Amino acid sequence: MQKERIVGTPVFRKEGVAKVRGAARYIDDLSLPGMILGATVRSAVPRGHIRQIEFGPGVPWDEFTIVTAKDIPGKNYIALIQNDWPCLADGCVNHPQEAILLLAHPDRHLLPRAVAAVRIEYQPLPSVHSIEESETAETIIWGEDNVFKSFLMEKGDVDAAFAREDVVIIEGEYATGAQEQLYIENNGMMAAYSESDGLTVWGSLQCPFYVHKSLLGVTGLAEEKVRVIQVETGGAFGGKEDYPSMIGAHAALLAMKSRRPVKIIYDRMEDMAATTKRHPSRSRHRTAVTRDGKLVAADIEFCLDGGAYSTLSSTVLSRGTIHAGGPYSWPNIRVRSKAFATNTPPHGAFRGFGAPQSLFATERHMDRIAKALGIAPEDLRRRNLLRTGETTSTGQVIHQQIDLEGWMERALEQAGYYEKRARFDRENPTSLRKKGIGFATFLHGAGFTGSGERYLNSLVGVDATPEGRIRVLVSSTEFGQGTNTILCQVAAESLGIDYTGVEMAPCDTSLVPNSGPTVASRTTMVVGKLVHSAALGLKQTLLASGALSESYTTEEFQQAAAAYISKHGKLRSMSRYEAPPNIYWDDQKYRGEAYAAYAWAVYVAEVTVDCVTYSATVDDFVAFQEVGRVLNPTLAIGQIEGGVAQAIGYALYEKVVWERGLMTNNQMTNYIMPTSQDLPPIRVFFEEVPFEHGAYGAKGIGELPMDGPAPAILNAIAHATGEDFNFIPLLPEDIAVRLARTVLIPAEAAVAV
Amino acid sequence: MTERTFQLHVNGKDRTVNVPPMARLLDVLRHELELTGAKEGCGEGECGSCSVLMNGELVNSCLVPIAQADGSTIVTIEGLAHNEQLHTVQRAFLQCGGAQCGICTPGMILATVHLLKKNPHPTHNEVREGLNGNLCRCTGYMRIFEAVERAAIESTTRTEAGVAE
Repeated sequence: MQKERIVGTPVFRKEGVAKVRGAARYIDDLSLPGMILGATVRSAVPRGHIRQIEFGPGVPWDEFTIVTAKDIPGKNYIALIQNDWPCLADGCVNHPQEAILLLAHPDRHLLPRAVAAVRIEYQPLPSVHSIEESETAETIIWGEDNVFKSFLMEKGDVDAAFAREDVVIIEGEYATGAQEQLYIENNGMMAAYSESDGLTVWGSLQCPFYVHKSLLGVTGLAEEKVRVIQVETGGAFGGKEDYPSMIGAHAALLAMKSRRPVKIIYDRMEDMAATTKRHPSRSRHRTAVTRDGKLVAADIEFCLDGGAYSTLSSTVLSRGTIHAGGPYSWPNIRVRSKAFATNTPPHGAFRGFGAPQSLFATERHMDRIAKALGIAPEDLRRRNLLRTGETTSTGQVIHQQIDLEGWMERALEQAGYYEKRARFDRENPTSLRKKGIGFATFLHGAGFTGSGERYLNSLVGVDATPEGRIRVLVSSTEFGQGTNTILCQVAAESLGIDYTGVEMAPCDTSLVPNSGPTVASRTTMVVGKLVHSAALGLKQTLLASGALSESYTTEEFQQAAAAYISKHGKLRSMSRYEAPPNIYWDDQKYRGEAYAAYAWAVYVAEVTVDCVTYSATVDDFVAFQEVGRVLNPTLAIGQIEGGVAQAIGYALYEKVVWERGLMTNNQMTNYIMPTSQDLPPIRVFFEEVPFEHGAYGAKGIGELPMDGPAPAILNAIAHATGEDFNFIPLLPEDIAVRLARTVLIPAEAAVAV
Repeated sequence: MTERTFQLHVNGKDRTVNVPPMARLLDVLRHELELTGAKEGCGEGECGSCSVLMNGELVNSCLVPIAQADGSTIVTIEGLAHNEQLHTVQRAFLQCGGAQCGICTPGMILATVHLLKKNPHPTHNEVREGLNGNLCRCTGYMRIFEAVERAAIESTTRTEAGVAE
């Protein structure tokens, strides 16, 4: 293989200097002449008819721009999959915090007072607040049966397998809670409108063309009259995939009515209460396994709480369903899944997108199976982990050279697993600080499903400016994960020039092609590959024109590009997605090549459960993964460490407290994410098996680290305490309730207290 | 609220502002002085993304009324680099991958500057403790710890070589 110069090296983040200088400009840092500020009036009830809206005294209402559903020139929905999500409530509300009307005014201090002075009278309707309530269908709040989407995925003959006499049947139920993305930059969008220039919307967002599509629907404007620009975005994690379309539409409506630029910035409390979170889930597993630990069949029911509108729930459910079998070779498996409506703000995208939920259940269940059979958790995995040539739960043949068993051994070795497991077993009976070590083995599909990437049909460009500066043209966004850096590395490598010789074109829908949404761990693998081929095309054009000789410096390349443009007008090379060969996915039967590639991982957690405070802390964490080629070690390690940290929060700290569909702990003081003192050393190890259809061998990486930590930690807690906790978040009070009952405090240790 | 006149010494320059006495230092910096490096993450002193140095102490500027800051010396992220020359801590964050989305970065860098000023050779646990008022959702802090430790080493080397920071 040719030796690469730039790919695989830890070049500095492209926009890093601006960020460390504090010079990077986020949406709240921007302003336009004459700009006013927008605010949102929201529902106070989970479900009901709006009887009357009254503008209370003490506010100069004539100075305000007021927008209701009646002011929407186009269609009153945010375009996603089923188009059932209203831009502004019209007549009825279906969850607390649903947007009802919009206000704009120049005075930032007057706006909150005005919002508080709008009085809305409701005729309440019965509401639904859990999967269990929704599935009884006693109160119908969506469609005919409260079900947004259901899937049936089946391989082999599950019923026949369960009827076999040589199997043991093991059952379990598992639950995961909502999780707030908690990007440190709150949501915000800004809009300006004039008849001549049309509508321009700037914002903190992941998917410029999603916002663009929604704006076309809401405003009724022609495509060329709507422009969306992503500005520096302070974290997203999926939380800025769908909701920015809502805020962008709100800012646009206010700007169109007031004829002034309008900016809407949410504060933390509004952001946490009103915007999307990770879907809560419930999984029920029934497994047939031989006494020596060979998995024979799985019957899995996987359910999500989708909130009040369908938004992205069907695709989150899809990913959760496909991942529910884990990295195991199941001769027979059936997954039945449903996403239910509840009167909660719609749940949405969050790193992992359904997989952390279903994999939590699967990996907890594996440890419980091992325990029931009296074999070690690693032995159960050894007997069942997928091998090259075997098929996944969807019937996809694994062609990649994988060695999950070997990788598991290496991860366990790095963690000192065997020695610690034995030592903790010895020491725990006489200690008040119970120690445990546990792990999870898992996979994460990179990119959209086989059919999804075909549907996206992404387009990418590489061009040169008249001065010869080389630019990458994509709608793929940077929000901390490293899009700018990785795509510039790929382009520079492909063109044979320096990393500093390539830059990103502004992420503006009027300038860049639609390279698809920045989600699903697809940017490096899928978009990166397209950047590679577009760059090769541009280089070929220059070579063929004679403007460039076979051997060149970065400066010579840029001069040749400038010379080409002065002669031919422009220099641009485009590349469109083509599915790798033999990728076929049946969306109806859920069979076939679900994803073009999978990342594989084994995560090991070491914990202490304190029997005085009942807190569980993670003392050490080993994250071992195979993600294809690592294109930038610093960024890749950063992705894994950051994902593991979020997932430790998911497992042990981050609890959304609900009261009739309303998040009541919507502050950083009472929704607890990990601080610098709450995390163990996170030790990251990569195995690199290049994937031929990804950019320079890369696969997806961003979501993977969200999947494994929660089950690894809870498996470790089960080892420490002998108790099975099958839900997250697991807080000290949950541990207290169980351990106070079951774990006898040893006399010697009690005296020591 | 009635406006009053306040004096600040910000990033080496004397500045005068006319604002209500309860105006937040964060808003004065961002709106009056156009120093947008300090960010609002939570507005209640939890996240530290609005951190600045006030008379050498690290403060959450969202919790400081301007009346309390009158006459004080303020250093914001914009005041750290000398023209094109990054501060040692800024350079270490760049090199170690301590900045991802960048929104906590200004506060995190100022917290590091503050920590290293008080304690030029912090242990790993002192680094963790020194940054516990600044939340980062991207990095899991590990790259940040590495940046702080690298900056500590480089600051010492620079001081020994007689280079002024």
